[in-house]
Amino acid sequence: MQPLTFRQVDRDILRTMEPPGRLYYGLLALVLAVILWGVYAWWYQIQTGLAVAGLNNPVGWGAYITNFVFWVGIAHSGTLISAILYLFRARWRTAVYRSAEAMTVFAIMTAGLFPLIHLGRPWYFYWLLPYPNQRNLWPNFQSPLLWDVVAIGTYMTVSVTFFFIGLIPDLATARDQATGWRRLFYGILSLGWRGSDREWRHYRSGYLFFAALATPLVVSVHSVVSWDFAMSIVPGWHSTIFAPYFVAGAIHSGLAMVITILLPLRRIFRLEAYLLPRHFENLAKLIIVTGLIVGYAYLVEFFLAWYSGNVYEHAVFLDRATGHYAPEFWIMVTFNAVLPLLFFIRRVRTSPAWLVGISLGITIGMWFERFVIIVASLAHSYIPFSWGLYRPTWVELSITAGSFAWFLFWFLLFAKFLPSVSMTEVKEQIPEEAG
Amino acid sequence: MIRPGLVGIFADGAQAARAIAALRREGFEGFEVYGPVPHPAVEAALEAGVSPVRRYTLAGGILGCASGFALTIWTALQWNLVVSGKPVVALVPFVVIAFELTVLFGALATLLGVLVHARLPRLRPEVGQDPRFTGDRFGILVWCEGDRAAAAEVGLRRAGAEEVRSV
Repeated sequence: MQPLTFRQVDRDILRTMEPPGRLYYGLLALVLAVILWGVYAWWYQIQTGLAVAGLNNPVGWGAYITNFVFWVGIAHSGTLISAILYLFRARWRTAVYRSAEAMTVFAIMTAGLFPLIHLGRPWYFYWLLPYPNQRNLWPNFQSPLLWDVVAIGTYMTVSVTFFFIGLIPDLATARDQATGWRRLFYGILSLGWRGSDREWRHYRSGYLFFAALATPLVVSVHSVVSWDFAMSIVPGWHSTIFAPYFVAGAIHSGLAMVITILLPLRRIFRLEAYLLPRHFENLAKLIIVTGLIVGYAYLVEFFLAWYSGNVYEHAVFLDRATGHYAPEFWIMVTFNAVLPLLFFIRRVRTSPAWLVGISLGITIGMWFERFVIIVASLAHSYIPFSWGLYRPTWVELSITAGSFAWFLFWFLLFAKFLPSVSMTEVKEQIPEEAG
Repeated sequence: MIRPGLVGIFADGAQAARAIAALRREGFEGFEVYGPVPHPAVEAALEAGVSPVRRYTLAGGILGCASGFALTIWTALQWNLVVSGKPVVALVPFVVIAFELTVLFGALATLLGVLVHARLPRLRPEVGQDPRFTGDRFGILVWCEGDRAAAAEVGLRRAGAEEVRSV
């Protein structure tokens, strides 16, 4: 294969931003239709009341909170790839990090909707924010739900800023090669970047510190989300392993989503020279690691329930594996902990079909993991008097489908308007003589 | 008033770095170097110091941490009621808020630092600007006039400039 040149990188990546074909518009229309259906379901819920969701005593947290935790999890691998692997100088991240970071931003935009939807009366959302008011009432910062607001708000702000900072030099390249309204559009977005030595010096320093700040942040965010559960005394939730367990699960699902999205993107945009089989192999290896951690956490949960000698813990976990939610539980175990082990086989982790198949399996499995943790615990806490069952209604399922469409909608726009592979970082890795 | 100067355009960063070193030996100072990627040799040749952006990050982080504790403690004291025997000012849960605000303020201060020192956003093009500098070419802008311009042009060409033009 010919070594890449700077000019060829520009040409190949900017080509992905040319006006799209019919397939793209068809996909966009489909996605918009599903979003509209989800919006209708939400509108119906606001009009009729939260009772149209399947939420009731004892299961007060259902599909909405499941979706919230799931989408926050999806948001995690983007920062892992862009910040943590940057600090480790893992050079293979270059080609995949832009899309992963975009995914982070869109996933957190999706996750942020669910607490609002779950509120029932979303217009009172501002009660969660600390603002001066006549009655001198302030939010209770001892509550994990408040930590969540602060953590998610911070994560959203920082990941959007990090994403944007990374884009600036590429946007300047796009500006200098574009004409008409696109030139103006990229000109404004690139902040007038010139590529001068002064700009580069401060930019690189800032980027390093962004990565250094984002790294502990990404670990903290899903830990805080896990404390929404672990701080309560519900059997099945009240556990000290929750923070690392949730963080590993988050990265597990996020990596699977990166593979699921990048493989088709590579095919459609013909980016084979940039997204190499080696990159996907490395992602699959990371999935093995997170899959093993998640599998270990599943075992430890059961061990703790047994070793604690607490009858309620016993009952909850026995019920998970054999009771009403057993199918969901076994989907979770098989798809998250067993299926990824196939990546130990080289032929599996180098085959696009297997990669996408297993990644889709993990995405489904991780959704069910959140569902099992949330619903199965609430449905079976303490004495039989407080047991009950929950099934999502059509409203909840429609909004869930809408959230997937909403996420894809933003990704489709991203793929056409912004460079989905970082031109600057790819160029940086081209040896001098080839440039 | 626009100062007179020359822009040399190079196909790669190593040549640009050599040109900078040569011009500095000739006594030229105050270059602007442009390029599509940051180039280690160019940075070494310019001998620029460490970027002050890190101080913004530190200051932002400290301010964020202090604001996190200040906000939580002050608001808790506004409703000074003991609930469930827990302290009104409970430091452990407030650490979470302080940590998140440390990261948030640190990140925003870093962004501010980059914008201030890189002088962004910039509304008008710079004099030495060329669209190729965000594509595949490196450029050196050197301020000079009269006899010095001739010496600068020789220095740029000798280092391998494809093109030299005055601005």
